[in-house]
Amino acid sequence: MSKAIITVVGRDTVGIIARVCAYLAEKRVNILDISQTIVQGYFNMMMIVDVDAAEKPFEEMVGELKTLGEEIGVRIHCQREEIFTAMHRI
Amino acid sequence: MINIFEANETNQMIDRENLDVRTITMGISLLDCCDSDLDALNEKIYRRITTRAKDLVAVGEQIATDFGVPIVNKRISVTPIALVGGCACKRPEDFVTIAKTLDRAADEVGVNFIGGYSALVSKGMTAAEENLIRSIPRALAETEKVCSSVNVGSTRTGLNMDAVRLMGRIVKETAEATKERDSLGCAKLVVFCNAPDDNPFMAGAFHGVTEADAIINVGVSGPGVVKEALKAARGADFEVLCETIKKTAFKITRVGQLVAQEASKRLGVPFGIIDLSLAPTPAVGDSVAEILEEIGLERVGAPGTTAALAMLNDQVKKGGVMASSYVGGLSGAFIPVSEDRGMIDAVTEGALTIEKLEAMTCVCSVGLDMIAIPPPRP
Repeated sequence: MSKAIITVVGRDTVGIIARVCAYLAEKRVNILDISQTIVQGYFNMMMIVDVDAAEKPFEEMVGELKTLGEEIGVRIHCQREEIFTAMHRI
Repeated sequence: MINIFEANETNQMIDRENLDVRTITMGISLLDCCDSDLDALNEKIYRRITTRAKDLVAVGEQIATDFGVPIVNKRISVTPIALVGGCACKRPEDFVTIAKTLDRAADEVGVNFIGGYSALVSKGMTAAEENLIRSIPRALAETEKVCSSVNVGSTRTGLNMDAVRLMGRIVKETAEATKERDSLGCAKLVVFCNAPDDNPFMAGAFHGVTEADAIINVGVSGPGVVKEALKAARGADFEVLCETIKKTAFKITRVGQLVAQEASKRLGVPFGIIDLSLAPTPAVGDSVAEILEEIGLERVGAPGTTAALAMLNDQVKKGGVMASSYVGGLSGAFIPVSEDRGMIDAVTEGALTIEKLEAMTCVCSVGLDMIAIPPPRP
């Protein structure tokens, strides 16, 4: 399974999760885990997703999620999981 | 599983603290291009580079997108040209044609720089090596992307003082030959002692004769990340200070290792080494001087600078070794004066002198680096 991590950071507003999830559902990306907190009014979310069945090439999803983030007014990063495990796990 | 704090820490390093993979450098051996006919030699070199490295830039960009970490430069290093061209080049001008071929090949594949216009003369100098050295000013003036280096000494053999004297003149001639462009030629020229065969950083990169046919070396950087980590540990004792540098170096090196393995897989070229060198840029927050000041110096150049730099270098190496079994190249801190915001400020204030820099070079991996010297007044 190839996993990716999507992080969303920005000012909290209604419907952030809904819009990100709607996008992922449309592209057939399965969500494995979501964690979310609000720190001093700032929305902070991390999703672990499975991109094996995704309908689009990974690079395109990275770009489209970034654009979606700009529309909502938050920053969305979508990265392969390996960079985080490489850095934080021995 | 990765948690939200770890994900945020990584992204903060990339977004705010200038963590990046400074370079993916493909080393290509040109030894089998040797030919006694100059035109044939040039043709073989051009073909060899453009075939081997044709996907390098595209793959680099793809990896940057996949992992969300910037890969700033894609570069090529080749076998020292004095060895490859020795058979065909009878005069310095002949070597310049090879420099132009390298430049053309670099343009074709889209890399930023190509290194290896080099001669290794740490003990003695052959006629070909002397010709190459004498051609350096013209070669650097007439090309854009070619980088040159000359190894004039080693711990085992001592210094080749004839080569040292010759290089003194060549540095000045190179400055003169490129005076219309801020003497940029000198920024593309390195005079080495103990030059490593697998250094991915320019201008000193070349593909040593002890290396395989082709290889991927990766240089990682991130002075900003180390500085921010130390800021968070302000006021703690030396043990915590060292521990923080080591942990940060570990994390940075692991990113480099990941990128190197991925690039090696996608390009079908064996992975060589990771070089973790804290390489500053003029950007705010990307400075080695600021790390030293965070350690506790009033200004870089103040008493204690050499000790702080020695400690930084030592801890960076220790953290790096733990993170990757293939650490090589220069691995340490770079101190290029005119590329480091903090050092520029220190020089302007009169805190940092050339004598202090000389002392600093004794404890880190590089020598006097990127220092602009004004011409003598008439």
